[in-house]
Amino acid sequence: MSTAVSEEQIEKLVVESLETFGADPDEITREATFEALDIDSLDLAELSQIVHERYGVELKGSDVAAVKTVDDAVRLIAGRV
Amino acid sequence: MEAVLVTGLGAVTPLGVGARALHERWSAGACAIEDGEAPCADFDATDFMSVKEARRADRFTQLAIGAAAEALADAGIAGELPCDARRAGCVLGTGIGGIATLVDGQDTLRERGGEYVSPLAVPLMMSNAAVAALSMRHGLRGPSYALSTACASGAHALGCAMRMLQSGEADLVVAGGSEAGLTPLARAAFAALDALSKSGISRPFDARRDGFVMGEGAAVLVLEREGAARARGVRVHGVLRGYGASSDAHHLTAPREDGEGQAAAIRAALADAGVAGEEIAYVNAHGTSTPLNDRAETQAIKLALGEHARAIPVSSTKSAIGHLLGAAGAVEAVATLLALRDRIAPPTLGLSEAEEGLDLDYVPGAARPLAAGPESPALALSNSFGFGGHNAVLCLEAA
Repeated sequence: MSTAVSEEQIEKLVVESLETFGADPDEITREATFEALDIDSLDLAELSQIVHERYGVELKGSDVAAVKTVDDAVRLIAGRV
Repeated sequence: MEAVLVTGLGAVTPLGVGARALHERWSAGACAIEDGEAPCADFDATDFMSVKEARRADRFTQLAIGAAAEALADAGIAGELPCDARRAGCVLGTGIGGIATLVDGQDTLRERGGEYVSPLAVPLMMSNAAVAALSMRHGLRGPSYALSTACASGAHALGCAMRMLQSGEADLVVAGGSEAGLTPLARAAFAALDALSKSGISRPFDARRDGFVMGEGAAVLVLEREGAARARGVRVHGVLRGYGASSDAHHLTAPREDGEGQAAAIRAALADAGVAGEEIAYVNAHGTSTPLNDRAETQAIKLALGEHARAIPVSSTKSAIGHLLGAAGAVEAVATLLALRDRIAPPTLGLSEAEEGLDLDYVPGAARPLAAGPESPALALSNSFGFGGHNAVLCLEAA
């Protein structure tokens, strides 16, 4: 994407998505693991779709498989936009 | 062979959440049909599951989860199974599965493109989604599968569960049916078949009947062999005495007019139960309020029960809650067991105009006591017949 997207904006999108998936808002921090948040592969597939729709960025299954924490996800997306 | 006992009952129906609401309200003559449909307006999925779990479940799965929660609690096994989890099975019937999810996915595909179709579309719409959800929630690790025979699905699922217990394949089976088809697509499709009532009134066996009224809901039963159930001292609701199934091999939607296919299933259920037709005190009819079914079914009951058919009450739950399609057989098994327990025949609502040849005692107006006294066994048949000519009949006995 040509226009700058801040990490804060990406974090906001990720957090909102996780809340929609049913994660406890009080538990969501950058360090929180997806396992602890009960976020699984189906949720991450949905997150990939949301990111694609918002930023036009394609996240592959192998990219997402390596993502363990909220921070991992934000950094992965920030590195692509 | 060891008897198969019903140790847990659960239902979510248009008459309310709970098997008791179904039984008591129908018996009191309440009708849950409004504007030509019967939704489960009182059901709130988040009473039974987290927001995350609700997102992961089409409505037909949510309804099954609600009914199963009641059934397992009723059987005293909400926390821990009374048997090896690998010997606990689950069979659920559904006619259509997650049709609302399917329609949403199709809308997304058309409006936004294939890349936006949800990854949850398949796991929500698949016909086995509800049985998979119950297996996971309750740790049922024995055989589990969905079964689909249109409007006979719920009854076939219970028959199948009975066989799983009799064969020794499982020691406990959670079984029933669920359906949530109240969508514009299903409405249009059933209307195109002329199966749906134009008047929006479900009045089985009445001369003015003009089709079925669509409802939604679920029912789940817990079944166990007698020895195990008695050993753990659980309250027993009744016995699944017999199951009979047959096929019309005749037409994709219409039953055989002579009722022979349906009668074969009734005879098979009686033979399986070791019960003579004369011992039956009540018939819970399939009674859809379609012109064809109610005529063929009346004929079938007469063929199978002979003169005795005229001596016993025959009533239709669908007069109170409409047609729950793949859930109907399970919901009606619950209604039949509770009616037998109270030794009453609940009424066929809305029936006031007789048609020539439809001359059984359909219990118009109000519930009536059954001839079976409190000391004698109370036996009933519950009929279910599906598009495709699938016929399934259960023989039930009150505890």
